[in-house]
Amino acid sequence: MRYIGRRLAFYVVAFWASLTLNFILPRLMPGDPGTAMFARMQGQIDPSQLESMRKAYGLSDDPLPVQYWNYITSVLHGDLGTSISSFPSPVTDVIRISFFWTILLGLVALIISFALGSLLGIIGAWRRNGFVDSVLPPILLFTGSFPYFWIATVALFFIGFKWNLLPLRHAYADGLSPGFNLTFIGSVGKHIIMPAGTIVLVAIGGWMLGMRNTMISILSEDYIMMAEAKGLSQRRVMFSYAARNAMLPSVTAFGMALGFVISGALVTEVVFAYPGLGYSLLTAVRQLDYPLMQGIFLMITLAVLVANLIVDLLYVRLDPRVRTG
Amino acid sequence: MSLQIPVLELESEEVREIGTGLQGPEQSQWARVRNWAPSWIAPLFHSKKAIVGMVILLIYIALAILAPVISPGDPKAFVARPHLPPSSAHWLGTTGLGRDVWAQTIWGARFTLEIGFLVGIATTVVGCVVGMSAGYFRGRIDDVLSLFMNIFLIIPTIPLLVVLAAFVGSKDLAYFVAVLTLTGWAWPARVIRSQTLSLREKDFVAASVVVGEKGWRIIFREILPNMLSIIVASFIGSTIFAIGAQAALEFLGLGNPGRVSWGTNLYWAQNDAGLLTGAWWTFVPAGVCIALVAFAFAMINYGVDEITNPRLRARSGIDKVLKERKVKTTGTRATPVVQQRSVS
Repeated sequence: MRYIGRRLAFYVVAFWASLTLNFILPRLMPGDPGTAMFARMQGQIDPSQLESMRKAYGLSDDPLPVQYWNYITSVLHGDLGTSISSFPSPVTDVIRISFFWTILLGLVALIISFALGSLLGIIGAWRRNGFVDSVLPPILLFTGSFPYFWIATVALFFIGFKWNLLPLRHAYADGLSPGFNLTFIGSVGKHIIMPAGTIVLVAIGGWMLGMRNTMISILSEDYIMMAEAKGLSQRRVMFSYAARNAMLPSVTAFGMALGFVISGALVTEVVFAYPGLGYSLLTAVRQLDYPLMQGIFLMITLAVLVANLIVDLLYVRLDPRVRTG
Repeated sequence: MSLQIPVLELESEEVREIGTGLQGPEQSQWARVRNWAPSWIAPLFHSKKAIVGMVILLIYIALAILAPVISPGDPKAFVARPHLPPSSAHWLGTTGLGRDVWAQTIWGARFTLEIGFLVGIATTVVGCVVGMSAGYFRGRIDDVLSLFMNIFLIIPTIPLLVVLAAFVGSKDLAYFVAVLTLTGWAWPARVIRSQTLSLREKDFVAASVVVGEKGWRIIFREILPNMLSIIVASFIGSTIFAIGAQAALEFLGLGNPGRVSWGTNLYWAQNDAGLLTGAWWTFVPAGVCIALVAFAFAMINYGVDEITNPRLRARSGIDKVLKERKVKTTGTRATPVVQQRSVS
């Protein structure tokens, strides 16, 4: 329990740090974001937009600590400011639906690459210098070297555009209205194959190599020899004895990998016009919508922190040493 | 299934090979290199993977340096009709703005590698300073520094990069490098910290403390030289990170679109709808280049890891001999028992 408490405290501090970063950055800018934007948009901005933006930042004449306090309390009340690109809707409204799509895409990609990569790593370590161990690592290392969005571009070009196998863009077919029925879910499934598949292709190599290397260390432990000497079936030794313990570092990495995968998903979404946060992020960047960028940053950070907390809880179940120590 | 443990009799020479994980001819071939190269660079020449990586990397560095010779003139000049397919006049076709893709790719190598190395060096230096301070001084200092490392590790990269780049600015080279460094320093710092922690417990450090050497002298003269291979690995990792993050940032339009780099090439390819007009040559070269450079670095890292990690090394040595001897191994995991043939 003390372990969970410590982790929880860390996540709170991490969230507070990203809040503070959000507070400091606009104030580091020469001038203030509102004026800077006014200049860059060459006056094509409503004075009321400008005013609401200044207010959203708490850029008032109050002393800094008061501004800071106001900023933190308003964020904790769920107020992330007003979006500029889709004025005057609040940022929370703009990102609510896209948040769901990003989490869906990120989770699907992460779980597939984790499961498949770990399995390949187990097999690779088990049959050292066999087919899986000698052919796959260099190939996966190579595909892992491509930027996420580039693999996505190529897949889009060939699979979607040239051969017309899978839908090109969006999260579901254009005419459909979202609902809990088979046609809609089927359409979502079809639309997620390419974005998720390309992320898996990049991410899987890391999981495989990590698992393989831990497995190799574990396989030389005495208790593996013991298990074999007892005449247990190969599968039992492989999964229940070796793999179970080799999983632990991978589970720790899972939480951190979520950050990487979500980062990858954000850029991949841009390619597939997938209506997630990445797409909103691009809009925000193009239109200099600072509140939206910051809102996305905060929401993603929060999601990753929560995911890490869940992984920690899971870890306590997997590793008895944590419970007692 | 009965448990059979293959027993091998080996020549003494083979035993030595297993020990070092090296093959005879390779050893002699690189013996000369090893004599003059500093000790941390030597492992690079023992691994075929690392050599492949270094060759690819050197080719790109040469291309980047020789860009004005190979492809003279302004890479941003309008040279022909937009979206022309590859031809003898324009080897890789033209972009949506009528620029020569070959010239853009060659010149792009310059800027991309420049940023990659600058950020790689900067992150490694920051990582070394923070990591070694945390690992050496321990206690409060370590608690605070580790907290910072963990926070920066857990905050997702791309959103952080975007927010930083949007506010701090990324049009200017120095800011661009600063933003990437600020996002990437935590990983090397953590690796170096844990290595410092374990080296600090070693006897030779205890001895220098007893002799009365100062803290900074111990860090730089005793601990640092023993960590060079890890620092090199961190540098490689940071450079891969820098190249990827730079490309993503530029692709999103947060770089300086007026600069020619692989990331901005991809940005323009996406913006000028090169994709939906079938102009594959506008985005394939830049992506392949990024991937090849990252792959080269990864191969170097992989090779070094294979050599410096004794467990990975010993196994591959044994497997090599087993293969040569055509020994049939059983389906079990048992490591073959090795017996050295007595030398008469």
